[in-house]
Amino acid sequence: MTAEEIKLETRNYSMYYGNFKALENITVQIPAKQVTAIIGPSGCGKSTFLRTFNRMNDLIPGARIDGKVIMEDQDIFAMDVVDLRRRVGMVFQRPNPFPKSIFDNVSYGPRVNGIKDRNTLMEIVERSLRGAALWDEVKDDLNKSGLALSGGQQQRLCIARALAVEPDIILMDEPASALDPIATLRIEELIRVLKENYTIVIVTHNMQQAARVSDYTTFFYTDESRTGQLVEFGETRQIFTNPSDQRTEDYITGRFG
Amino acid sequence: METRKTFDRELQLLQDEMLAMASMVESALIDAVESLKRRDMAWSRRIMAQDHQINKKRFAIEEEVLSLVARRQPMASDLRTIASVLEIAGELERIGDYAKGIAKINLLIGEQPLLKPLIDVPAMAEKARSMLNRAMEAFVQRDTELARSIPQEDDDVDCLYDQVYRELVTYILSNPKNLEQANYLLWAAHNLERAADRVTNICERTIFTVTGELTELDTDESKCNLQ
Ligand SMILES: Nc1ncnc2c1ncn2[C@@H]1O[C@H](COP(=O)(O)OP(=O)(O)OP(=O)(O)O)[C@@H](O)[C@H]1O
Ligand SMILES: [Mg+2]
Repeated sequence: MTAEEIKLETRNYSMYYGNFKALENITVQIPAKQVTAIIGPSGCGKSTFLRTFNRMNDLIPGARIDGKVIMEDQDIFAMDVVDLRRRVGMVFQRPNPFPKSIFDNVSYGPRVNGIKDRNTLMEIVERSLRGAALWDEVKDDLNKSGLALSGGQQQRLCIARALAVEPDIILMDEPASALDPIATLRIEELIRVLKENYTIVIVTHNMQQAARVSDYTTFFYTDESRTGQLVEFGETRQIFTNPSDQRTEDYITGRFG
Repeated sequence: METRKTFDRELQLLQDEMLAMASMVESALIDAVESLKRRDMAWSRRIMAQDHQINKKRFAIEEEVLSLVARRQPMASDLRTIASVLEIAGELERIGDYAKGIAKINLLIGEQPLLKPLIDVPAMAEKARSMLNRAMEAFVQRDTELARSIPQEDDDVDCLYDQVYRELVTYILSNPKNLEQANYLLWAAHNLERAADRVTNICERTIFTVTGELTELDTDESKCNLQ
């Protein structure tokens, strides 16, 4: 990873839900404008780890951390959280559009950020919907409810909503697990296009998906302690053809997990 | 593990098929040379016909490999194993072709007796067969040490080839009428030399399957290399 710019970094990062240590001593560097996949068995702390980067875990009572989380040389816990969340967008497993029009869904973030001019908002909506590869399908009826779209379209609407505030980083937590194979491939194609401009961190349970879309892969694992630990980080190609750690090998070949 | 019992069984069966193919090829090598040595035309023809069975086996393995890739989407060592089996099946098919070629040479030489009793050529065949046998053993045992040691024996095959070459050249020089048969016999020896080279490729697959590294195992500075 020598020549690459590092966008996000954790240093000896541990995360606790009250007395329960969900993640232990994670040190990892996430390269800019690349797709980094996070894989690992259920409950190993993938979502917890992902939610670190936009400080969503802060909202959970009793949650605390150890170590450092850095975004471009800045400690994210020293940053203004609103600013951080603007720069770090998130897409969830189940598409969750607001019960509003397509236009309102996409323009919501910019409006919260104080943009009122209708033409400016229209430009942002179009750019974001194009960015999410949804524009052609919805351009004739932007007043339609976001909930009236198909699951795959709803997920792309959520991606458009994330793009609208011009983030640097997009976190995706199993973004395609509720979609059919075609809608899934569309999202994967979109991820490939988005990485030209964004740093993407994606959690997925689908090994083939991780192998297809990501440049780097992080394998998390947990034992009886239920505390998540990072086992292996490396180029995706290497992780899926020749992982260095036996636990990674066993997981991706379905020997446990 | 329970979760992948069926998959592990499928991988086992695939490798069993490959071993079955390898033993067909081993027999073909030995038999082809033996039929030449005994000038048994009928036997040579049977060996040539049996090459179809070897080719069919190769197709069956390829189909199974594709089916496994489609159904299982193999990763990591599974992926390397499956890719290697396909590659090895290809090498075996080519070794089978060399055996067939030797059987054909027996027919081409026709009714005339051999210039001399064959000694080094059967020795080459036995050497190549033994290398192949152990190369397959190394693969199924994932024994990289064995896989690395076998290609070194390729020198012995090269030296035998060298000896055959020199001997045949003297026959040609002593009587130009010997040229045609000497040429055929040289081809037979050449086929065996190539067969041993392909065993080296198989050994490389064993290293790859175990370590994930693609490396060349052939030793360039052979003591007696005519090529
Ligand atoms: N809000 C919470 N309060 C307390 N414990 C939590 C909370 N959220 C998650 N956990 C625990 O933290 C651990 C990691 O959970 P997390 O959701 O990050 O796992 P995951 O790897 O995303 O799993 P999955 O693949 O099932 O989505 C689990 O043991 C979980 O029970
Ligand atoms: Mg999760």
